[in-house]
Parts: sequence; C-alpha cells; structure tokens
Amino acid sequence: MLPIAWLQLTREKTRLMTAIAGIAFADVLMFVQVGFQSALYASALGPHNSINGELVLVNSTYQTIFSMKGFSRRQLYRLRAIEGVEDVSPMYIGSADWKNPENGTSRVILAFGIDPVQPTLNLPEVRENLDRLTEIDRVLFDRASRPEYGAIETLFQQNPALEVEVNETRMRVVGFFTLGASFSAEGNFICSDLTFLRIFKNRDPEQIEVGVIHLESGVDIETAKQEIQKFITSDTKILTREEFANMERDYWANSTGIGFIFSLGVFVGFLVGLVIVYQILYSDVSDHLPEYATLKAMGYRDSYLLKVLIQEAIILAILGYLPGLGVSWWLYELTRTSTFLPIYMTVSRALNLLLITIIMCSISGAIAIRKLRDADPADVFN
Amino acid sequence: MKPDSIVSIRQLNYTFGQGKLKRNVLSDIELDLKSGEIAMIEGPSGSGKTTLLTLIGALRSLQNGSLKVFKKELLGASYDERVRVRRGIGYIFQAHNLLSFLTAKQNVWMSLQLHRELTKNEAENRAKSILSAVGLGDRLNDYPDSLSGGQKQRVAIARALVSRPQLVLADEPTASLDSKSGRDVVELMQQLAREFGSSILIVTHDARIVDIADRVLYLEDGRLTRDEKNHN
Ligand SMILES: Nc1ncnc2c1ncn2[C@@H]1O[C@H](COP(=O)(O)OP(=O)(O)O)[C@@H](O)[C@H]1O
Ligand SMILES: [Mg+2]
Repeated sequence: MLPIAWLQLTREKTRLMTAIAGIAFADVLMFVQVGFQSALYASALGPHNSINGELVLVNSTYQTIFSMKGFSRRQLYRLRAIEGVEDVSPMYIGSADWKNPENGTSRVILAFGIDPVQPTLNLPEVRENLDRLTEIDRVLFDRASRPEYGAIETLFQQNPALEVEVNETRMRVVGFFTLGASFSAEGNFICSDLTFLRIFKNRDPEQIEVGVIHLESGVDIETAKQEIQKFITSDTKILTREEFANMERDYWANSTGIGFIFSLGVFVGFLVGLVIVYQILYSDVSDHLPEYATLKAMGYRDSYLLKVLIQEAIILAILGYLPGLGVSWWLYELTRTSTFLPIYMTVSRALNLLLITIIMCSISGAIAIRKLRDADPADVFN
Repeated sequence: MKPDSIVSIRQLNYTFGQGKLKRNVLSDIELDLKSGEIAMIEGPSGSGKTTLLTLIGALRSLQNGSLKVFKKELLGASYDERVRVRRGIGYIFQAHNLLSFLTAKQNVWMSLQLHRELTKNEAENRAKSILSAVGLGDRLNDYPDSLSGGQKQRVAIARALVSRPQLVLADEPTASLDSKSGRDVVELMQQLAREFGSSILIVTHDARIVDIADRVLYLEDGRLTRDEKNHN
C-alpha cells in the first residue's frame, strides 16, 4: 500500500514545517509548564523530603511549613516510650529577617533550628558541617536562595569570617547547602536550636514546630504510626514523611492559585496545538476534496480516507513532538544551570507529553473528519 | 435484459429537489450497453448527462426504475454493493482529478491497489506499461503539476484503464483540452478499451470525436431521443 498520509504531508514542505513548528511550540509550552510546576514543588518540598526519620509530629493545623503553629516538645519526648521508636528529635522553623550584607535591605527568610547532635535534616553538606553549628551564632546558608539575600557564597570565599544580621542579631556564615527557593520562602538557613532561640528572642523554647521520629529498623511505618496515634493529643497529628510533603504540596496546589495557573498553562498549550493541527488537517482535506471524492468514486471506502486522516494526525504528532522534546530538554538544562530549580526531563514526563500530543492531534483529526463528508463522489463529475 | 449487457436501464426517472422545487432531470430512460461497445451521449448542457453517468457509476442512489451494472441491481443496493460496483468501473473526469501529491505512476497505482490479486511487481509493471502505452513512459515519476493538461488527462486514462475494467465512464474528457490533444486522448481510450474488451460510455459536446463511437445517443431534457449506429 502507498503511504498516502506520509506522501501527502511531505509533498507540501512549507505546510509541514508550519505544522511541526506549531506542535513543537505547543509541546514546549506544556513541557515548560509541567517542568516548572514539578520543579517548584520539588523545591518547596525539599525540607520535607530531607527529614531524617520516618514519621513527623506536627500541630494538627499544619498546612505549610511557611506558617506553622508549634506544640509542646514534651508531647514528642513521650513517644520515646513507644515500642519501635528508636529516637525522636525536635526542629524549630520560623521566618526571620535577613539583612543583605551588600546593600542593607531586609528580606524574609526561612530558618531551621536543628539539634547538631541529632540533625533532623538529612542533607550531605549539613551533615559535614554539623560540628561548626555546635558553636553559638553560626549559620549554614542555602546557596539556592534568591540573589536578593546577597552574594553570600562569593562574599564568604573572600572573607571566611563573614558576618550577617538576622533579626538584628549578628551571625557568622560557616557553610552552605542546597535546598532551593519555595513559593513564599525565597531563601533558607540552618542553625542549631540554641542559635535559633537567640535569633527568635521571644519564643518559648518548649514550643517546637516539627518532631521527627526515627523508627527502629524493620518496624512497619504504618503500624508504628497507628500505635503513636493512640498516644498523642488532638492538637497534634502524626504523618509519614510522604504525607508531610503531600500536605504541603496540596496547600500550594489547591489553597493558593498556583496549581490552577499551571494547569491553565498546560491547557493553553494543548489548545494552541489543537488549533494548529486542526487548521493543517482541515486545509489539507479542503484542498484535496475533489481528489478524495475521486478515490471514493474509484471504490475506496470512507473508512480508508478516515484512516489516512488519522495517520496524518499521528505522523504530525510525532514529527512535532520530537523537536519539542529537544528544545524543552535544552530549556530544562538552561534553567537548571542558571537557577537552582531541580527541573529534569524524566522518562514518564516525556512519555506523558507524547501521549498528550497524540491525543491532541487525534482530536484535531476527529474534528477535521467532518470535512471529509463534503467529498461527495456524485459531485466530482460536474 | 439482453444476455451480454454490461449496463441495463429500465424505466429510470430521477428528480432533484422536493415539493415545489422538485424537478425531473431524467425521465423514462431505457438503455442497454453491450460488452465491448463504445457509446457516446450527446446533448445540451443541463440535459441530465452527468446525472445519468453518476447513477450508472453507483455514485448516486437510485429513486425508482431499474439499473443493472454487471448484472447487479443498483436500486436499493447497499453501500458495500455500490463500492464493489465502483471498483469494476474506470472513471475519467472532465477535470483530471489526479492526486496532486502522487507521481504519475503512484496515481495509476492507486487504482491497482484496490485489486489485491496483483503482486507488487506485477502492479509496478502494469503501471509502467500502461503509462508507456499512453506515451508517458518517461514521466513516471513526475507530479501532476509538472504535466500539461493533455498529459494529465492521459495519466487519468491510464489510471482508469489499468485495472482493465469492464466499463469505462467518461464525462466530457476532452472539454479542457485543445482539439489535437482531445483527439489523442479519446483515441487512446478507444485503443486501450478495445485491447481490454472494456465498454465505454462517453458524455461529450465535442462533435469532432463522435466518429470514434459505435453508437451515438442524444439526451434532451432528460429523455433519450435518438439512438443511432455509427457507420464509418
Ligand atoms: N446536486 C444537484 N441538485 C439539484 N439540481 C441539480 C444537481 N445536479 C444537477 N442538477 C440539475 O440537474 C440538471 C441536469 O444536470 P446535469 O446532469 O449536470 O446535466 P449535464 O451534465 O447534461 O449538463 C440541471 O438542470 C442541473 O441544474
Ligand atoms: Mg455535465
């Protein structure tokens, strides 16, 4: 059989190129939207995913770590008695004012106060620098924070005794880690619990934001969680690390407009592609109407023409998708090297978008099919 | 119906439109076309020639009367039955209607593709030889837009005849050609049809080609008024 769909598409190079460019554009639009979305989520969930334990205890009102209510740390320590719990450790989280040492402007930053002996955040660079945090008024700075906090790492290389002001208290930067900006926290730093309480002078040391629970090896997480559930009061809740992260994601996705904006972006990309492919297929059918009618008069069935149109749609989908994937890949690389956003091309995302592109082109084809009815062989003789 | 009839028409009427706008386009048509016969239908514009041809070609549904093509009754025929009849007919249109994105050879091939009993090699050879027969042996891989009007119509003839149809229907095949190429095209049609034993029904205005036919019919205002043997 002659590959009619292919021959027809490739005969008109300009139209084909327009179609490919349009579909590629739509794909890039969608890739960028989903890429940024998941990168921003991954970045916002960095602290959650770095929790050094299987379960966390938080205030029952928890939605986002950016504004957390505390709870009594005695609640946490009581859990040590439960079978299967190896250890527990508290973490303070709060928003502080960070003064840019270069120009003196202040900006809100997210502060994590951890026990340097039992660190609650499992980040390689934090682990290496724990001993430096045992001294008072020492902080580790997130190099993936926005540049508005100052070029801290560069300043540090020039002056290892670099001092900064946090909540009007002088602190020494002693090291760096990479976590990344979240939707509202545009920077992070980590310090010891004692230092944390010196930065937040009016805080009650008894009130902690996160209690991290480390289970003995081999203990089933879900069983342990149910066991702990019986011990805690209603002003706290026990979550697995995953649930802790998912609640934060849901908060940003649903309670704020962020999830909607991204979905809208993907939808717009989809629509753009749909319209472009429809235009191409529709004009292809219109231009070849007498020829299609001739085929019918020769004895080709309607289903044959339908198949040709669907093949065209799928060929267009694949031809447009490939350059779209290439450009998006390159944009991801560019974004990753120029920002700290963890934006990666994954196999599942690439396959998902391929599927979406094929669906997009098939819908266009299905709409364009209506035009095929105009190819009436009774009219070709006139 | 006569035993060797390829086409047999009885009491055929056809109307366009409904109610007040209803118009008789064909009335009381009776016609038999013998195997191997070359017949020509003449008649003024609007007399119903094209309508008659589309009915014979199974492109329109019959309203009443009887129309048998290859002994198959088309009144009330199903879609599948009509498709089968269409496959046994070679069509030549006033406009060549070649597929613009296919070469001359591929266009001819489209017709062979419907007849699966041929191997790829046989099909290739048949396409080549029929294009050579219409004088386009050196234009096999040319696209229609690089061919002249006469050449395009010759490809169309090759396409219509390559599968050796029992019946060829041609609707004013010379209308868009100058007299020389018009004459050439019809002679080619005649020659190939004789070779394959096909019957031909040609609708035309063109008095210069009448001598090719065995038989000339006149259609006036939807009625067949004359049916004459051609003696030449
Ligand atoms: N699809 C149609 N709908 C309504 N009237 C038509 C249609 N096709 C043709 N006619 C009318 O039927 C008559 C016969 O047309 P046609 O068979 O094309 O004549 P011819 O081919 O002899 O010129 C004309 O009056 C024409 O206007
Ligand atoms: Mg006509």
